[in-house]
Amino acid sequence: MKEFLEGSHAIAEVIKSCKPGVISAYPITPQTHIVEDLAQMVSDGQLKSQFVNVESEHSAASVVLGGSATGVRVYTATSSQGLFYMQEVVFNIAGMRLPVVMTCANRAISAPINIWNDQQDSISLRDAGWFQVYAENNQEAVDFHLIGYRLAEDKRVMLPVMVCMDGFILTHGMEAVDMPEQEKVDKFLPRYNPLYKLDPAQPVSMGLLADPDYYMETRFAIQETMKESLGYLSDISREFNSVFGRDYKDLLVEEYQLKDAEKVIVAMGSVCGTIKEAVDEQRAKGKKVGLLRIITYRPFPYARVCEALKNAAKVAVLDKAVSLGAYAPIAVEVKAAFYGKKQGPKMISSFVAGLGGRDITLETVHEIFRRLSTKEVNSDFVDLKPELLKEEYGE
Amino acid sequence: MENSPLFKSGHTACAGCGQAIAARMVIEAAGANTIIANNTGCLEVFTTKYPETAWGVPWIHSLFENSAAVASGIEAALKYLGKKENINVIAQGGDGSTADIGLQALSGMLERGHDILYVCYDNEAYMNTGVQRSGLTPFDTNTTTSPSGSQSSGNIRPKKPMPEIALAHGIPYVATASAGLPQDIQRKVKKAISIKGPKYIQIHVPCPLGWRHETDQMLPVAKLAVDCGLYPLFEYENGVLTGQKKIVPKPVEEYLKAQGRFKHLLNNPEEIKKVQDIADNNIMKYNLKAQA
Amino acid sequence: MFGPLTVNPSKSKGDKTGSWRVRYRPHYLHKNCIACRMCLLICPEGCVHGKEKNAFGVDYNFCKGCGVCADICPKKDIVMVPEESREEDK
Repeated sequence: MKEFLEGSHAIAEVIKSCKPGVISAYPITPQTHIVEDLAQMVSDGQLKSQFVNVESEHSAASVVLGGSATGVRVYTATSSQGLFYMQEVVFNIAGMRLPVVMTCANRAISAPINIWNDQQDSISLRDAGWFQVYAENNQEAVDFHLIGYRLAEDKRVMLPVMVCMDGFILTHGMEAVDMPEQEKVDKFLPRYNPLYKLDPAQPVSMGLLADPDYYMETRFAIQETMKESLGYLSDISREFNSVFGRDYKDLLVEEYQLKDAEKVIVAMGSVCGTIKEAVDEQRAKGKKVGLLRIITYRPFPYARVCEALKNAAKVAVLDKAVSLGAYAPIAVEVKAAFYGKKQGPKMISSFVAGLGGRDITLETVHEIFRRLSTKEVNSDFVDLKPELLKEEYGE
Repeated sequence: MENSPLFKSGHTACAGCGQAIAARMVIEAAGANTIIANNTGCLEVFTTKYPETAWGVPWIHSLFENSAAVASGIEAALKYLGKKENINVIAQGGDGSTADIGLQALSGMLERGHDILYVCYDNEAYMNTGVQRSGLTPFDTNTTTSPSGSQSSGNIRPKKPMPEIALAHGIPYVATASAGLPQDIQRKVKKAISIKGPKYIQIHVPCPLGWRHETDQMLPVAKLAVDCGLYPLFEYENGVLTGQKKIVPKPVEEYLKAQGRFKHLLNNPEEIKKVQDIADNNIMKYNLKAQA
Repeated sequence: MFGPLTVNPSKSKGDKTGSWRVRYRPHYLHKNCIACRMCLLICPEGCVHGKEKNAFGVDYNFCKGCGVCADICPKKDIVMVPEESREEDK
């Protein structure tokens, strides 16, 4: 049934339907509404979870690690500095192969402190061994949590999932969302049946020291599982469609007006809504433009990206994050995808936009298409204000 | 041939390790229906080097500073599963992971009222990384990062009052213990797990390598710390001091001269006096002196 | 795919740390033992076994020769002997 909901509330509702046994979180804008709603649901008896109010994100992640290791489904959510503060636990959860699901309400990173949206937080944790899926709208954000638990708890996978949704734009945005009915959720997402857990009936030691004789295989196994999971995502997507009637195809990318497109923007998250509108405007004028939306950033779908862009002449990769001193994060992957390939774009330019909540408008998107007509650029910042920049320090 | 299925032989602690003895006392007292969350440190490294484990109970290590939070998640999950009544949860770590880097997570665990026993194995420095000073390193101790020298007689600060910090959270049980009195450890652990809520036990565990004494001196050194008043053994129940190990105080010099880490003090009566003052203060504060 | 992850304690044999002994080993005299079990209680390795008087022993596969059992024995019925004199235990 379609309901007009705030993004955060929709997430809280779908998490409720997933019935996690342990929820733990520490408040950070713009994640707060999600966990406030969950706390209320627990307080009202609508959700039979243990809600653990912790003193930091580090402990929030540690609590869900402990809960997951004890064999129950768990949930946490954070943003920005909170994600960075839990970083070592984030890596740890993946290394311990625990199927934690977390929402990252994407927000810029300090300094300067800024509560508004970009994707620097989750992007910076791309090497942690977590799946990262980026929602374009709140319907996807809701659905990706259901898919996230299915994927994470798959016995072939046993890896954590980070559902990334743009802070404020999605978390605080009101949208009509088709909320999954409980019976359908129960059908799609069975009770969590752990492969290993802390249980005195069958004691096991977890989190052991692995010396050089053993360590590399632990990392290789995650790497291989990530690669294999590219295919599992298609299977899960198909099953999701059969239960809920929404088709996310292979869950890796979305192709929008790509068939004959000469100029293509590659982007991720809610900005793709704006890009689609800009593409529609240009198509109306007869221009052959399109969008390739990355849904799954980790594991990165190199083959699908190559397939989707093989006929595009010019590609603009739009990053809402930077790797200071290097090529932008998504651009690196797209360029790498085509290395050594015979067929592919003649030009892959890279643009950085929307940092710290600066609006990416239709005009921003058109400007990116315009800049694609000139020579190839890397980490070209769009919508900069030159008047704020000086060569030398001065008050 | 095993006498302890819960803490098995074949771990790689140094010979004469006080922490190994204390850890075995704790788990044997708590019993098989126990789940342990362990901080990074000597105990974690010497008991669980893949593919071996010394632990016969479910055991988890995550990071240096988060055993109290991991244990909170375990306890919450057991509550959700309706299994908490029958299973003890223990979080444990060394002095550095308890009083320094893990203090925040521990404070959160104590404040939230989880039904967990936290055990701090206090060997008074970061032994696993090579005897660096921690917040529980005693005054005037020579460690690798508080070395004695022409301008310093070692660690410049007294021990952080961890038991008092734990006590200030209003928790039902706080106790100190010593590897020198193993049966006392077991009694206190049994009492602690019989009480609902957060409990804190801090156990003084000699480290022959870091304290620089012979391995067979583990017990006498631990006992001397208690008997001179530098490591008072006490119990607080619901905020009230309910018991203390009475002593006929020995001069601190006897304790100091037994260990290389205090060797630099031996011809320095002024510094020894300062250490004696700390012991005398403990003796007063906890009413340690035995009736004549 | 999974790499090394968890260990089942029943499958763990432990390291044979007895090879660490370089100087002394405990020798149980079996003369004045009163079965107080203090040696068994205090062993950091947990490798002392026994129940009856004068019937306690140590698993030399694991004993690191720290000497704590000899120190705690109230009857001085355990002595530390040089590691070379293995004959005594045969």
